[in-house]
Amino acid sequence: MTWATVQALLSHWRVHRLQLATLLIGIALATGLWSAVQAINAEARASYARANAQLAVGQFDELRDPSGPIPMSRYVELRRAGWQVAAVLEGPYRVGGRTLRLMGVDMVAYPALPAVTEAEQSAEATEPADMLTAPGRLLASPELQPLLRGQTNLPPVLITSALPPDVILTDIGVAERLLNQPGAISRLVVLPNQPRDRLPLNQIAPELKRISPTTQVDTARLTDSFHLNLSAFGLLSFAVGLFIVNGTVGLAFAQRRGMIRTLRALGVSMRRLVWLILTELTVLALIGGSLGLLLGFFLAGALLPDVAATLRGLYGAPVTGQLTLQPKWVLAGLAMAVFGTLLASGHALWRLSNMPLLEGPGVQAWQSNSRARHITAALGLILVVGGAFAYISVGGLVAGFVLLAGLLTGAALLLPALLATALSALARTAREPVSQWVWSDMRAQLPGLSLALMALLLALAANIGVSTMVSSFRLTFVGWLDQRLTAELYVTARDEDQAREITTWLRPQVDAILPIRNVELFHETGPLFLYGVVDDPVYRQHWPLIASTYSVWDDVMAGNAVLINEQLARRASLWPGDELKLSSKHYLPIAGVYSDYGNPTGQAIVSMAQLDQIAPGAEMRRFGVRMPPEGATAMAQNVREQFALSPRVVVQQAAMKAQSRAIFEKTFVVTSALNVLTLGVAGFAILTSLLTLWTQRLPQIAPVWALGLNRAQLARLELLRSVLLAALTACLALPLGLVLAWVLLAVTNVQAFGWRLPMFLFPWDWLWLFVLTLLAALIAAALPALRMLRLPPADLLRVFANER
Amino acid sequence: MNVKTLLLCLMTFFPLPLWAQGYAGLGGSAEGFDVPKAGYAFDFPKDHGPHPSYRIEWWYLTANLKGEDGRDYGIQWTLFRSALKPFETDDWQSPQIWMGHAATTTPDGHFFAERLSRGGIGQAGVISQPFEAWIDEWRMAGPDFDTLTLTANGEDFGYDLSLTAQGPLVFHGDAGYSVKSADGQASYYYSQPFYAVEGVLRLQGGDVRVTGQGWLDREWSSQPLAADQSGWDWFSLSFEGGDKMMAFRLRGGRGDFTSATWINADGSTEAIPNGTVQLTPLRTDQVAGREVPTQWRVVLPDRGVEIEVSALTPNAWMGTRFEYWEGPVTVTGSQEGIGYLEMTGY
Repeated sequence: MTWATVQALLSHWRVHRLQLATLLIGIALATGLWSAVQAINAEARASYARANAQLAVGQFDELRDPSGPIPMSRYVELRRAGWQVAAVLEGPYRVGGRTLRLMGVDMVAYPALPAVTEAEQSAEATEPADMLTAPGRLLASPELQPLLRGQTNLPPVLITSALPPDVILTDIGVAERLLNQPGAISRLVVLPNQPRDRLPLNQIAPELKRISPTTQVDTARLTDSFHLNLSAFGLLSFAVGLFIVNGTVGLAFAQRRGMIRTLRALGVSMRRLVWLILTELTVLALIGGSLGLLLGFFLAGALLPDVAATLRGLYGAPVTGQLTLQPKWVLAGLAMAVFGTLLASGHALWRLSNMPLLEGPGVQAWQSNSRARHITAALGLILVVGGAFAYISVGGLVAGFVLLAGLLTGAALLLPALLATALSALARTAREPVSQWVWSDMRAQLPGLSLALMALLLALAANIGVSTMVSSFRLTFVGWLDQRLTAELYVTARDEDQAREITTWLRPQVDAILPIRNVELFHETGPLFLYGVVDDPVYRQHWPLIASTYSVWDDVMAGNAVLINEQLARRASLWPGDELKLSSKHYLPIAGVYSDYGNPTGQAIVSMAQLDQIAPGAEMRRFGVRMPPEGATAMAQNVREQFALSPRVVVQQAAMKAQSRAIFEKTFVVTSALNVLTLGVAGFAILTSLLTLWTQRLPQIAPVWALGLNRAQLARLELLRSVLLAALTACLALPLGLVLAWVLLAVTNVQAFGWRLPMFLFPWDWLWLFVLTLLAALIAAALPALRMLRLPPADLLRVFANER
Repeated sequence: MNVKTLLLCLMTFFPLPLWAQGYAGLGGSAEGFDVPKAGYAFDFPKDHGPHPSYRIEWWYLTANLKGEDGRDYGIQWTLFRSALKPFETDDWQSPQIWMGHAATTTPDGHFFAERLSRGGIGQAGVISQPFEAWIDEWRMAGPDFDTLTLTANGEDFGYDLSLTAQGPLVFHGDAGYSVKSADGQASYYYSQPFYAVEGVLRLQGGDVRVTGQGWLDREWSSQPLAADQSGWDWFSLSFEGGDKMMAFRLRGGRGDFTSATWINADGSTEAIPNGTVQLTPLRTDQVAGREVPTQWRVVLPDRGVEIEVSALTPNAWMGTRFEYWEGPVTVTGSQEGIGYLEMTGY
């Protein structure tokens, strides 16, 4: 009996192959998009974990001197007092145009570094003598191999997969040579297994600050908000994918009612039927989910390099561009597929199980009463208000997302009521019988279409919101670049002597030379780069300040104040009037805050004289050159030839801007890709819903046809109906999208990236999106309309034959 | 102490098996380093200090102690120097690597710690006058080599001891030129086996005052072992009546190589050539997953010595980067006494 029932149930899919495909595609899309985002996040987190393990962050405490490097004598004093610490010297190191992080660890004191342990197991045998004595060895990830291979001035490189992709690990003796910082120590890692009876830190080195792993700047925590963003997008895609599943399952169940009635009449219990259908859905979910995982894996693989570039550019977070398949990910994906499918089918299944034994197929299946609509609308309103309340009362990133979630789901739930109201209003304007019928027919179809329209609403709102955010960001960023990159040429000399030679040579030929000197300090919120500037009108005119005191530049140039970037201001809650601690002896009032997009770390600007006091000996190798722009190319060429400099150390403003813009575009590639995919999925959802409704259309259309409307007219009305509903939805999506954009710009961005952006409006983009939406609705309705056109009149006539 | 740690030291300083393999081949070569030669005239106090042009060197102290609680204890304090290149600098570029091992053995436990440092920066080193040998806070120092204080700390033990020499320095082999294999590998090797020791052991149960006797070995070389030699067993024994004996056996694929020094109570010595002293394991114990001989028969027919040497604590395993067994022993038989035993390569 069971087997016969199964065969009967499966026969439906044999007949409706397209439906089966749609269902599987829906599940696959939902699972695929969700899993892709999960895979990207997991990979990025794994990379952070690797990096953190390597750097002993999140594992051991470390000692730092807030005012700068630790002298070697301090290290020896600590050691001779029993403190088991390992010295680390690190700094940026440029290789082949890329800035890598060179980390020199005292490998004698800390030989248990994971990368070293792995290198020892690699094929390339290395003797300790090679590692520790000149020229030494560099350890780097396989990704750096091509970059490092051709470098003749570097020590030999050993490849290890235990290192993050932007770090070169080496012995401290090698690092001090490469970084040209003999005897300097950036930080001390407090090793496990400390001996008993040692002196407390404040008796040996009171200036050193012990930092526990939890307060260290942790890339994983820094990037959390970025991943939360991605996850939210993944969840949205998942939800939209489920609309397709919902539509298809609803259709299938509606079509199966006749069969179910027959099966029950033959004695199959409802209980058994429900179990069998549940099993069927689970199997379908697993098949669709597997397809989705495949899709997700490739999607993630395609997107990951861009995400990696973003994370590197934005946070300096090291992420590999390669994806590894993890069993946990597969299981989670399949579980999501089954869970999502059952969730999307729950309603249909419930109605099926409550179907009276003798009820006929079709007629009432997709209609619901106005009471249900009111309840839905009320729920939507509660969600919107609740989200807003959560944001106002709690604030922060999570509350921002609660606001977004409340807003989006609430608006989606409100949609049917709003559309019904709009259609009623339009119906009242109708005078002719046909148009009156069209309006009321549309209202009658609304319940069946509302889920698909909700999907469309969400996709459109997300599209408007995200593209507004990205475009606003782009505008701001480009304007900011113009302000910030004011010098025509940027030069990096090999060393200070060469820098002096170049400036002497340049000075008579150009308007001004602006030295760029910086030193890395340590602030409690993370690394802090302190820059020194000379008094040049260019700063006063162009520097992009977002908050400032009245005499900001006079104060800074007189050495009485400091400027900080927006990231530091927001992270540490420091604004003009507050004081910034630059070292144990140097405190300066903050005179202004400037915007500094695309930079993960805190930054501060003081006058050149002040920089010399705070960090004497900060190297002077970089400077900007102000000159008439038309001569810049020739001058760049001259400088390169005169001093035998490579093109990458003499950079023109235009090239620098182009490079910055390219990085920016990369940052949002993923967002745009997910955006387009979501819209596509929504279009598909409309198609499935229309196809579902189609089966129930005949009884309603036949009388109209009988009254004299021909099939071509009916087909046109079919198209019109779809386009009109889509247009109404799009109109409602616009304000929702703008609110979304505002939340993204004013809440999420501040938390995730550390800066707040002004919001710009892009009506042409909306128009384009509107057209696109109508087009999608048209395409979705094309198939039903075509069917209508080709419908044999006999089918319409049969409606009147008292079949049911 | 002897050869023992030669290999140990060469291989050490890193737990890297592959690097270690690279080093296994070094048994026969001493490129760029000085090599010990017979007839060397020792120059003190200078020779108590380091010899950076030799590949390996150590200051190796063991002591058998008696607590005021009546129990037997043993301590080890060792500073190894291993040169990657035959010179020294005064910064991170130094190719001199220092390693410290410290241990305390009680009748029912063995505690040890290890320290690593490079030379040049002042974290570890040795100066000869006034004498100071140190790594981190571990220290063996005094106005001269005869009067020293000794301290070391681990996570679960520590000690502060003072050492006073009661006899002269003792030179092994041919006036301090100690041959290690039939092929002629050798080291410079002398000892101060006459230290009287007193001080405090810091144990988990509390401090214990102790007194006893210590034995300090100084040895340096550049090509210590023959290629086929895989491990060694080394004894430093003090008999009642004041005589002492150092003996070792290098276990090699082409046969064992033995050597010994008989030390009279007045410090005069007799070198005992290869093949004379007989060292035979009597019983083994399962220690750290290996079968380690913890009881030995030692026979030296010329001196009428026929003794059994037994470990105070069989589990005296040094689970350091390069593992070995090192612990106090008691002597019974034709002579009664105490001493230290070291075994590697098990």
